[in-house]
Amino acid sequence: MSEFIQQQLQHVDALERSAWLQQATDGSRDVFANASVPTRKTELWKYTPVRALTEGVYAQAAQTFSAAGLDEYATIPALGSHRLVFVNGRLSQELSSHEALAQVTLFSQADEQQQQLIRQHLDDVMRGSQRHWLNELNSAATNDGVLIHVGKNQRLQQPLQVTWLTTPQAQAFSVNARLLVVLESGAEATLVEHYDSATDAQNSFTNAVTEIRLGANAQLQHYRLQLMQEDALHVGAVHTDLGRDARYQSFHVSLGSRLSRNDLVVNHTEGGSHCEMHGVYVPQNQQLVDFHSCIEHAVAHCTSNEVFRGIMNDSAKAVFNGRIHIHPQAQKTLAELSNKNLLLTNKAEINTKPELEIYADDVKCAHGATVAQLEEKALFYLQSRGISRDEAEVMLSFGFINELLEAQPHDALVQYLRPILARRFGRDFQLSRHLL
Amino acid sequence: MISIQNLHASVEDKAILKGLNLEVKAGEVHAIMGPNGAGKSTLGNVLAGREGYEVTGGSATLNGTDILELDPEERARLGLFLAFQYPVEIPGVSNLEFLKASVDAVREQQGKEALDSVQFLKLAREKCKAVNLDQSFLKRGVNEGFSGGEKKRNELMQMMLLEPSLCILDETDSGLDIDALQVVAEGVNAMRDANRSFIVVTHYQRLLDYIVPDYVHVLANGKIVKSGGKELALELEEKGYGWLEDAATAE
Repeated sequence: MSEFIQQQLQHVDALERSAWLQQATDGSRDVFANASVPTRKTELWKYTPVRALTEGVYAQAAQTFSAAGLDEYATIPALGSHRLVFVNGRLSQELSSHEALAQVTLFSQADEQQQQLIRQHLDDVMRGSQRHWLNELNSAATNDGVLIHVGKNQRLQQPLQVTWLTTPQAQAFSVNARLLVVLESGAEATLVEHYDSATDAQNSFTNAVTEIRLGANAQLQHYRLQLMQEDALHVGAVHTDLGRDARYQSFHVSLGSRLSRNDLVVNHTEGGSHCEMHGVYVPQNQQLVDFHSCIEHAVAHCTSNEVFRGIMNDSAKAVFNGRIHIHPQAQKTLAELSNKNLLLTNKAEINTKPELEIYADDVKCAHGATVAQLEEKALFYLQSRGISRDEAEVMLSFGFINELLEAQPHDALVQYLRPILARRFGRDFQLSRHLL
Repeated sequence: MISIQNLHASVEDKAILKGLNLEVKAGEVHAIMGPNGAGKSTLGNVLAGREGYEVTGGSATLNGTDILELDPEERARLGLFLAFQYPVEIPGVSNLEFLKASVDAVREQQGKEALDSVQFLKLAREKCKAVNLDQSFLKRGVNEGFSGGEKKRNELMQMMLLEPSLCILDETDSGLDIDALQVVAEGVNAMRDANRSFIVVTHYQRLLDYIVPDYVHVLANGKIVKSGGKELALELEEKGYGWLEDAATAE
């Protein structure tokens, strides 16, 4: 057994949990204990080495942490959200404001009815071939999970923000983040899943799993923001089941870090559902971002639209693997997948693979991937107006990403993300000032 | 203003300009006409500094500064402005951000005080009105989804904001209907003054009914083969370019 797996199992075994939760997670513990660390020969991890993760030593936070100085990292201005904030994996009461919200419960505080709901859905949405060893670890280590349950025809009036912060401490922590979102039929909500870290280098390991189940005609707007420092390690998964006529819209941002792996799986399980999945990734320096997505069209009359764009700077590397699988029964499917990439240097790298697997004959599908550099004629246009070449490059890079960002419906989030992304390209203020 | 002497330029190793001479003084409007492939657009691109247009000989000085070794942005800051035949669409960057960056850069070079965002917005709105573009165009991506006429009016708006000393209009009239053409021409005419010069490159005489030039030159086979007053344009309209091209080749 690898040292990393051994170390993590010790954390799992040291958890003090209620019997029902212990019972619900035992199976995953066994799977993880018998897992082997993926290598370059493992198809799902072919371009994404995990050495940066497995060579680390991580502690499990036992105490809660001071909230001093952390509010600015946990705040998304003007969003007006209820929020839950975890610091190094432990809930911070001080930074959180979800108490009044009956729809939100920690697993550890679930009443009997909620326990039943959790047992019914937990690990059930996350099934199928893309579930991997670190997802099993997350399931095995589930303790401070969050249940979001919106009842029939209810609407969460404000966006709900769940933030996991890591802070520099004497040792690196491993943080287990778990969300279970259940929207009953006709329910509506906006969820902001937010990962960030306070300044300074740190190599904490955040392992996140979100499971979403949307009932008939339910609607979820989901933002997933990965804005950690570059030494952070992040492995995350979002698995979503869509009921009849359900609508799932998601927007993903990954700035990149030493290791950032994201698995996104959407299952159309009943007719009429629609999935909109957009995202941007902008790794720099030596960072790595990996998005693996899979949309399963198991039934007829569903639609999907997936658009991801990436810009790789310096020696950064990205992996995009987008799969759409159309089962024999899934007639009248409309599905589109687009992945466009810009490489800003000769050392930057992208491995992109759109995969369309179609077993039905009456469907309309399109997919495409491009890899390019900034357009010379657009650079010249900006330069011919007196704008320096460096600033022109920043403006064009930002524009490429901003096209997706500005289409998002929550202006507070657009305004929050805009300067973060603009500064990514204009690292010197003089170069990004016109975009802020 | 600008003095171009014996200018040679090539694109992908093919010689396009073959010894072009042109002298434009402050306040003058020069029209350059000529058949397709004569090198009309190349002239504008070479003067603006576009990559891929290689100068193989000759000189061009703008107000005494040799510009051919300068970057495109440096030429722009010295007061050279090229209105594009095909303005580029840049989604994701708003017109307003683009215009502000541009005006800031040029004003800084000229030692003028930077405009704050309130002042700039006011100015940009005024110019929008002057070229008959709705203010919503300031918020849209640069030229994104603009019609042909809207793109040309956006070029004109940039010209008004930057107040260049030399404006080169590269086939600004191509593809415009008469209404749009009039708007553009009115804008240009309003900017004519004793300190500003224009080089108007066009394929059609029609534009020169609205922007009346001081001089008309015929560019054929990489050289100016004939120069005259505004009446030359009418003669060209009547006779075509054939007789001049023959003369150029015979030389």
